[in-house]
Amino acid sequence: MSELTLFLVRIAYLAILWIFVLSAISVIRSDMFGARVPTPAAPGKQPRAPKPPPSPRRGQPTHVAVVQGVNTGITADLAQAPVLIGRGNDAAIRLDDDYVSTRHARIVSSGGQWYVEDLGSTNGTYLGSQRITQPVPIGLGSQVRVGKTIVELRK
Amino acid sequence: MASNSALMGFVHRRRRGAELFLLVLALVVGIGAYAAVGLGVDGEVPTNLIGYGGWLTILVVAAHVAVRIVAPYADPVLLPVVAALNGLGLAVIHRLDLAKDTALASQQLTWMTLGVVLFVGTLIILPDHRLLARFTYTSGLTAIVLLILPMLPGIGRTINGAKIWIALGPFSFQPGEVAKVLLVITFAGYLVVHRDALALAGRRVVFIDLPRGRDLGPILMMWAVSLGILVLQRDLGSSLLFFGLFLVMLYVATERPGWLVVGGLLFFGGATAAFKLFSHVQSRVDIWLDPFADPDGSGYQLVQALYGFAWGGMVGRGLGEGMPEKVPYAESDFILAAIGEELGLTAVMAILLLYGLVVERALRAALISRDGFGKLVATGLAAVFALQIFVVIGGVTRLIPLTGLTTPFLSYGGSSLVANWVIIAILLRISDQARRPLPDLTEAEDDPDEQATQIVKVVPS
Repeated sequence: MSELTLFLVRIAYLAILWIFVLSAISVIRSDMFGARVPTPAAPGKQPRAPKPPPSPRRGQPTHVAVVQGVNTGITADLAQAPVLIGRGNDAAIRLDDDYVSTRHARIVSSGGQWYVEDLGSTNGTYLGSQRITQPVPIGLGSQVRVGKTIVELRK
Repeated sequence: MASNSALMGFVHRRRRGAELFLLVLALVVGIGAYAAVGLGVDGEVPTNLIGYGGWLTILVVAAHVAVRIVAPYADPVLLPVVAALNGLGLAVIHRLDLAKDTALASQQLTWMTLGVVLFVGTLIILPDHRLLARFTYTSGLTAIVLLILPMLPGIGRTINGAKIWIALGPFSFQPGEVAKVLLVITFAGYLVVHRDALALAGRRVVFIDLPRGRDLGPILMMWAVSLGILVLQRDLGSSLLFFGLFLVMLYVATERPGWLVVGGLLFFGGATAAFKLFSHVQSRVDIWLDPFADPDGSGYQLVQALYGFAWGGMVGRGLGEGMPEKVPYAESDFILAAIGEELGLTAVMAILLLYGLVVERALRAALISRDGFGKLVATGLAAVFALQIFVVIGGVTRLIPLTGLTTPFLSYGGSSLVANWVIIAILLRISDQARRPLPDLTEAEDDPDEQATQIVKVVPS
């Protein structure tokens, strides 16, 4: 095996190593920018007029109310779920509480059950004394604490 | 945050095709290195290249198929990067085998097979990483038992002064490697519950809120455990790794820089005391400060490694053309010296970059993960990886005093390799959960008879 061949083998191997490194980086790059936006409606499905929301059954909560804190009394209709709670302008329940984040938490429904989900708030969302880390099911009268405010589901 | 990203209409793709493409390149890296070793040492392509390459391909394809089936949204870069590192490590160990007439590479291939089997097994039996949160205290207890095992008479074994091995029949095993994965789970489970109490501020000293005195319990306990490992097992590397890991996770969980100040002071206190009291720590520092004081005795290993790096230069001597076998333990702790000598700075930089990518992907999984426990586990595993690489590569290149730890995926060492494959499996599971699109909760209810049943994932707690 001549000296030159070995030199070429060495250079070729280093080239392969770096091609691998650069391809991995380019995959990461495309992963960052190449995500697709989900289409709002599945193709082929006829756009229908949105059905009126089903009339609430008995015993089901219909709105969220602030029961304690500076904004006591304001409510939001659960028909417009998900209900966003926060200090931001786009929140369905806008709170003037300094301990609440812009997009603090939201109340969503899944399979007839209502859940509260923390949206990465600074001070956390509490159910009782427990800080929630994942969507937690709530029912009528469950008191959810965001900042110094308490909200609950009402009929 | 994922919930925000769902609002922005950002959805991660599966990227399994990209992973397959990278895996093919990773195989070329691994098998190419094996062929280049044969060309350099014997002047011909090794005769068992087909068998060796075939086995490596089977392992990689098996791992890929498992990911495709059970974790379709997992990160596409992690698996190829570790496959390439493992393949390159195997080739370099094989090259040292040829020089020293040992058969470590085939043993390492056996361990890699076991590692891939456990990788696939972990992905299958762990459909959701949050299940691990149930085992917070169980895994902590197991980790402590595993750390004590090497000190028990009968099964404990002392190799090169460190009491970190246990003998299981013909095999010896480092339980500390498994313990580090279990400790990450314990810390994550503990901190996700108690972080609010630990984040309370105490006295304020120059822009930094120090933690309250009464919250110092856990960190002092971890400090004592780390010092215990240092004193009783004489294992500098693991001691540093465990304390650093706890400190990183504590900081990430509480977002309080004060913990870093407290931890740093504890570390320097402990390190100074250890330096004053223990001769084995002292000798390590002396070698680090002046390896050429005794180049044929205590400093021999480090001096030979430095010569190796220097002789390798920019592009190295070529695989099979150098003398990496001069460095004692070139196949385990000092494998980077062997690579630096035969493939040069160019390859060392590529390897450092690959390790950087592993850590980056792990932190990325932590960033996009939706639950606090997953975030902390991913951060902890990234910290284990980063600390281990810093400590061992810093030691080999004489940036910091040498401490015995293996280079993940490259070094010869079964326990380390197997544990690292499991770490990658847990990271893939977390990133799969994080990248998976959320089920659409806002969709208006259609006629219930027309709709397929939607399965809502609820983790039993």
